[in-house]
Amino acid sequence: MNTESLKKTPLCAACIEAGGKMVDFHGWFLPVQFDSILAEHKAVRTSAGMFDVSHMGQVWVEGKDAWKFLQYINTNNIKNVPPKGTYSHIVNEQGHIIDDAISFCIAPDKFLVVVNAACIDIDVAWFNKQAVGFDVKITNDSDNWGMIALQGPKALEYAAALIEGVKQMPRFTIKSIELFGANGYVTRTGYTGEDGVEIMLPPRAIIHVWDALKKAGVKPCGLGARDVLRLEAGYLLNGVDATGVQTPYEANCGWVVKLDKDYFIGQDALIAQKTAGLEQRLTGFVLTAPGVPREGCKVFKDGVEKGVLTSGTFSPLFKGIAVGYADTDLKEGDVVEIEIHGRKIPAKKVKTPFYQNRV
Amino acid sequence: MHNAENSKYAKTHEWAYLENGVVTVGISEYAQQEIGDIVFVDLPKTGTQVTAGQNCCVIESVKSASEIYAPVSGEIVEVNEAVNADPALVNRAAHGDGWLFKIKASKPEEYEALLDLKAYKETLDK
Repeated sequence: MNTESLKKTPLCAACIEAGGKMVDFHGWFLPVQFDSILAEHKAVRTSAGMFDVSHMGQVWVEGKDAWKFLQYINTNNIKNVPPKGTYSHIVNEQGHIIDDAISFCIAPDKFLVVVNAACIDIDVAWFNKQAVGFDVKITNDSDNWGMIALQGPKALEYAAALIEGVKQMPRFTIKSIELFGANGYVTRTGYTGEDGVEIMLPPRAIIHVWDALKKAGVKPCGLGARDVLRLEAGYLLNGVDATGVQTPYEANCGWVVKLDKDYFIGQDALIAQKTAGLEQRLTGFVLTAPGVPREGCKVFKDGVEKGVLTSGTFSPLFKGIAVGYADTDLKEGDVVEIEIHGRKIPAKKVKTPFYQNRV
Repeated sequence: MHNAENSKYAKTHEWAYLENGVVTVGISEYAQQEIGDIVFVDLPKTGTQVTAGQNCCVIESVKSASEIYAPVSGEIVEVNEAVNADPALVNRAAHGDGWLFKIKASKPEEYEALLDLKAYKETLDK
């Protein structure tokens, strides 16, 4: 692997030093695992783990029309009361998902939007294109931030040792912090189904957070464990479970669409789809025999193809789990077969999330 | 009993150990480290005829699926049921109790053509 051209996070050297097995992740040089994906998964489910998520994007939306603008480009109702954050989908005129992001209200005229790493450039271009006519300033600040996701039932304990008042933060809120001589933010959010926080600080300071947490006993975790955890928790992975041609309804995220709010991009298409009904929807499956389902595997019922998987993995808690777009006539508990390496393995349709999230 | 030193190797990271015309097959220590936590092994069926280089087994880790190729031609005469119950056995004892299957070799010359440990290790440095 030619790693020269890959982008490095401020924690890259620390990840390598901690034994990280580094891979190319959408052009970023990031750890897929440290010693073991299963051990890292266990740490997050039973204690605490930390992830370098510095590749994620930070985009400022500021100005008199900041909230109005965010309402216009998001399907969900963005809260305009500090310190609240709102998870939402950003869709195009066809209602197709461009990205999913959390918009945090710092002040009624100042929002921090945290977006997916692979979508930073696409999102910023889209924001700028849609900003015409709004009194709003959009700034891509992604390169100036390092970010650590600290997750697990003991995550708040570890966070509290560094950040005062963190335990009192409600879920989905943001708080400004001063840590290791730098100003940043902590949010009570995550992508694992466990409680926890995400800490954003400038590159020179984020490294000290990593070191302090590591010294305290928090296990470094990689992208491999992160993917298992998020799939168990039923979280969408944009770019994989949504590929630019699905709506939030199809992605089984209808709850982020608020059709009754003021006009927003994609509203007409989403109203039309809701009226017409869906042909396929992102659907959960659990294998009932040994095997590991993967992206691209086909789903059959009574010999008829009903869908294709977008994500699948081995879950230490639930064994073979997967999601994929499947015909909406499949019912809860329906017995299906998933074709893996040419063999049809029995499975059943289940409700997601697989894991009863603790948050 | 087979071990890393007395086995032969395919470039595709399988080891092979010949005894009384039967070749025991597993994956190398290097391969198990690269694959990571093994969670499922899709073993071949006994009685299956395989040819050297044929994909006949799949090892699944959390992250990926790895195809395992028969290092020699012949009939699958035994599979290691222990790895069905405990796939991580392959991680813990890749060259020992974590063997995968046995082939009754039909072309013994194929075994002789496999790499010894030193030659296999040289392929890893490249």
